[in-house]
Amino acid sequence: MANSSITSVGIVTPEVFHFKDPLILRSGKIIPYYDLITESYGELNKKKDNAILICHALSGDHHAAGFHSESEKKPGWWDSAIGPGKAIDTNLFYVVSVNNLGGCGGSTGPTSVNSVTGKPFGPDFPVITVADWVESQKRLMEVLNIEKWAAVIGGSLGGMQAQHWAIEYPEKLRGAICIASAAKLSAQNIAFNEVARHSITKDPNFHDGRYLEHNSNPKQGLMLARMIGHITYLSDSAMRLKFGKEFTGDQLKPEKNVGRNLKSGELSYELNVDFEVESYLHYQGERFSNNFDANTYLLMTKALDYFDPSTDFNNDLSEAFAGATCKFLLISFSTDWRFPPERSRELVEILLSASCDVSYIEIEADEGHDAFLMPIPKYMEALRAFLKNIYNELEDHAS
Amino acid sequence: MRPDLEIITSWIQNNERVLDLGCGSGEFLKNLHTERNVYGIGLEKDLQKIQSCLEVGVNVINQDLNSGLKNFKSNSFDTVLLAQTLQALSQPDVLIEDMLRVGERGIVTFPNFGNWKSRLYLFFRGRMPISKFMPHNWYDTPNIHFCTVKDFDLMCVEKSIKVLNKTVVNLEHQGSLAMKLFPNFLGEIAIYQITRS
Repeated sequence: MANSSITSVGIVTPEVFHFKDPLILRSGKIIPYYDLITESYGELNKKKDNAILICHALSGDHHAAGFHSESEKKPGWWDSAIGPGKAIDTNLFYVVSVNNLGGCGGSTGPTSVNSVTGKPFGPDFPVITVADWVESQKRLMEVLNIEKWAAVIGGSLGGMQAQHWAIEYPEKLRGAICIASAAKLSAQNIAFNEVARHSITKDPNFHDGRYLEHNSNPKQGLMLARMIGHITYLSDSAMRLKFGKEFTGDQLKPEKNVGRNLKSGELSYELNVDFEVESYLHYQGERFSNNFDANTYLLMTKALDYFDPSTDFNNDLSEAFAGATCKFLLISFSTDWRFPPERSRELVEILLSASCDVSYIEIEADEGHDAFLMPIPKYMEALRAFLKNIYNELEDHAS
Repeated sequence: MRPDLEIITSWIQNNERVLDLGCGSGEFLKNLHTERNVYGIGLEKDLQKIQSCLEVGVNVINQDLNSGLKNFKSNSFDTVLLAQTLQALSQPDVLIEDMLRVGERGIVTFPNFGNWKSRLYLFFRGRMPISKFMPHNWYDTPNIHFCTVKDFDLMCVEKSIKVLNKTVVNLEHQGSLAMKLFPNFLGEIAIYQITRS
């Protein structure tokens, strides 16, 4: 981590908050008490108005920036954007990142022990919605003594949480930044999620979700889910670039190679892994299935599928946003086909018809949906500029 | 403030909904918000300029005007503004009609090619006019649809567009009695307020 220490938040220690009051969920079910694990970067100012909430996406957690130890090789998932002098500048803002309820990063979720049965919740952990997450984050906000977020920021599923904050608690945030997000999922997107869920639940080691009690893990299912997910997060061009740089044993030019890098110099003519993209996907799936809980994955994809702010407003999305008073910034990426620019533009139209303050920027990027995690200069500058305006307004209010 | 922008501001009422096509760095919308408390949205394709808008808190949407305004609902704005961009559009007439679909009123400003300087340049030199104001060569200019005040008037008649207000100024953005009498000859920048008739 030494190299990045100049712009890194450095070593961070997560903090766990215990909530004793029951949380009534959208489904009607109740979580009697729960823990939320968080990280924070930067300093909360005296007026407590410089706080930013980071909402994570499907497989994210509270570890958004910095390192847990000197020996940790990879920083938090959004270290490219959060840090001193970075787009989400911890010299200006106090940044809070939380692992959502139902997650497997340390907040109460399916892997937590149910005190009634003494066993892990597993499949008994209720389905959580974006609205429920926002409710739990609101309680965290109260514990932290924050009156109003300077901004709520999230990519993908995180952007949905930012939207819900703007609808449910308009007076509690100045800005909402929704990156590579959508007002609701498309049928195609739900379809991908269903394939992922199917592969997990049909894994013989799934045991109806009670795999922990059986000391097992639906590893193959999780792997398959992640492999499919990973393909949809990348673009065709991103894969060509990633797997087309060299072509051992031949003189083919990279652009003609269309990402068909062979693992060894030649085809095996067996059902083995021949191409690098295959072993890459296996590696990603393998790594993910060792670190992520299958029930959490199911729950998170459900939250994605269910998100539709219009359900409380006669199925009228612009009515849903009519009460929102924060400034919105929407960002999309040209090659993202999981949450394509069209979805963001739809949201822009909705926000316009609701007379919301909205800005939208489309970034040319090869990386597909994953671009939202990359430090693409124009993207970072847009984030920085929008937040700078919010920061200046805070200063104006202070004077 | 620049006199042409002052004129435009005087044509906009308090609390209007204003769509600024090609809003640049957002100064005008920012000013309009301060002076008229408008709900303003700017469209801009240059990312650098978009960033400037974001920094000053002006709503800006990343959009190329040549792709039209189909993402905007009919009658969703009071005024749609097109300042000094008309001549760079691929289909200016189509966009103007779209402006008047989206907005109750439109305000268009453009360099008047019928100005005497352009006429003399073309007459004496026999070449496309190049000046400080129009510094490009014919082959690399973004300005592909120059018109004169008279041309614009004719288009309005053809398209049944009603001209609510019309004025011309010089490059210093000042008007004069002579310019009022001979707008197409003396005016350098034309400013129109239009609506559907």
